Amino acid sequence: MSTRSTARRVIAALAGVLLAGSMAACGNSDTGGDSGDGNDKIVLGFSQVGAESGWRTANTTSIKEAAAEAGIELKFDDAQQKQENQIKAIRNFIQQKVDVIAFSPVVESGWDTVLKEAKDAKIPVILTDRAVDSADKSLYKTFLGSDFVKEGRLAGEWLVEQKKAASGPVNIVELQGTTGSAPANDRKKGFAEAIAANPNLKIVASQSGDFTRAGGKQVMEQFLKANPKIDVLFAHNDDMGLGALEAISAAGKTPGKDITIITVDAVKDGMQALADGKFNFIAECSPLLGPQLMELVKKVKAGEEVPARIETEETTFTQEQAKEALPNRKY
Amino acid sequence: MTAVAARLRPLTGHRLFWPALVLVVMLAANTVYRPGFLAVEVKNGHLYGTPIDILRLSAPLILVALGMTLVIATGGIDLSVGSLCAISGAIACLHISGAADQNSPATVATALALAFGAALVLGAWNGVLVAVMGFEPIIATLILMVAGRGIAQLVTEGQIITINSGPYRAIGLGHFLTLPLAILIALAAALLVAAFTRRTALGLIVESVGGNAEASRLAGIRSRRIVFLVYVISAACAALAGFMVTANVSSADGNAAGLWIELDAILAVVIGGTSLAGGRFSLGGTVLGALIIQTLTTTVYAMNISPQTSLLFKAVVVIAVCLVQAPAFRARLRRRRRGTEPGPAAPQREKEQVPA
Repeated sequence: MSTRSTARRVIAALAGVLLAGSMAACGNSDTGGDSGDGNDKIVLGFSQVGAESGWRTANTTSIKEAAAEAGIELKFDDAQQKQENQIKAIRNFIQQKVDVIAFSPVVESGWDTVLKEAKDAKIPVILTDRAVDSADKSLYKTFLGSDFVKEGRLAGEWLVEQKKAASGPVNIVELQGTTGSAPANDRKKGFAEAIAANPNLKIVASQSGDFTRAGGKQVMEQFLKANPKIDVLFAHNDDMGLGALEAISAAGKTPGKDITIITVDAVKDGMQALADGKFNFIAECSPLLGPQLMELVKKVKAGEEVPARIETEETTFTQEQAKEALPNRKY
Repeated sequence: MTAVAARLRPLTGHRLFWPALVLVVMLAANTVYRPGFLAVEVKNGHLYGTPIDILRLSAPLILVALGMTLVIATGGIDLSVGSLCAISGAIACLHISGAADQNSPATVATALALAFGAALVLGAWNGVLVAVMGFEPIIATLILMVAGRGIAQLVTEGQIITINSGPYRAIGLGHFLTLPLAILIALAAALLVAAFTRRTALGLIVESVGGNAEASRLAGIRSRRIVFLVYVISAACAALAGFMVTANVSSADGNAAGLWIELDAILAVVIGGTSLAGGRFSLGGTVLGALIIQTLTTTVYAMNISPQTSLLFKAVVVIAVCLVQAPAFRARLRRRRRGTEPGPAAPQREKEQVPA
């Protein structure tokens, strides 16, 4: 890419911001192709959180592609991280009489009223990726998403298996996600449960790196200075692990060899590090739930019973598996 | 006792005495907790150790806080610096990531020039809003604080741009004469700003504009031009900081780069003894303030204070620093200890009026 095209993208970005205001006003005008005009395609209204990360972008792409493949008409709305936008979008879907509504809630609470409206209009609702805290479970059909506790547990179980033969203590440091967030709490819990199986495995330090590379790096620098012997690093996402890599090299150690590194997510950069032998193990947190969602939409539309909680199909990666999977990695 | 206090007065009366004391106390507490805290060794041909980390990581904050000091001295405030960090870092990394040879110095130089130019334009936008159109600074810069994150996101297309460029990496992680390049750049910027403001009349003019803009104008100073200038300088400092932040991790994250750095910068300025009301400013105090904030963050990690309590811990330390800094508070404390006798010298110091 040349200087010109970079400059062009910057200008486009600036223009985009100016346009954003006017676009917000007409964001939902795309109501052509009503569900009642003769074709019997299933219509799905989907409200996405936003586009805050590569993970989320992959999530959106997966849903759009899967809808096209399954022959489901998708009305897509981007809530730009705001609950009021999302509520507005859901009300729009109700007015348009879509067949099924699905959404990833921006926040956990405050959904009862709008979910009740959907229920009264007899439109089934599916939650994806994030849960709501409504006491009335009949307001939605099912919740499709990752099990963060399980991700932590898978990471811990792999470590227990690797360190089976360890006779002495194994010192673990942990880079937590944003303090208080569900993935951070749950991954920590799952990991701690799994490593309890071997009393030699001990977490000697645990700090928040805020899910960012810079945070992971800064915390790891201090971990390395405060703890002369670190055997294992468990990071709650790939980005913090990637940040820590550089701190480990600067300390004169080889990541992946002197320090075993386990992370969660399996985004492209993380998979690359795993394939390069810098990471040792990744528990996947997959955004590619599109096909599963479309399957559910069809079932719900046909009136079939579905389980109240469905886990996203996820796997784990070792270094060899990462080398194989990397060329096809979408995000 | 009184004799000792009297002899110490020139020292304790210095405006940088209390922040410096706080920094020393923090370092001492860390050394007690872990004796190796201050240890510095030579690794791979350069210095390595926690104090070096603190210096390197405080460099972006020092830069942003320098610009902020000048803005605050004119009675304004610049909330957009964090977003400007993200934008400049994103533009630089985007250009480098698209280049055929990421290690070519020419590519990196073009990337820096492009990003720096964009930051200057955005700084000029802030300056025009405040100086020409008369917006309240907090509102004017709030626009870019919010919209700027969006611009950074659009530049990166919501992804984290990873680069692999030696020359760019050096801005954040390189070494010169065994010291981190980042802190040398930050200190050079501090000296440059100091030279411009203290060796010429510029500093005095900035202070007079902050003290009383209208009186300065009547005295023949072009207040608007000065106000415009400080916002551009602030943006330039933020752009440099953005390069360091992104070079430190060799990637640009539109969401996280420079997040909340504007608040840390304002805090550094306040700890350094510059009044938020404008007028007199202290560049040395600001540098010290930035070092205190980074040391505090590092302390949390070094002492392994749990993430749930670390925010409270930081808040308590910051409140303590601000109280110990305030002459009125110290005077009251002294009065209480001595009974009814009024504290003599202290109250005079807080009335630092600018002759305008």
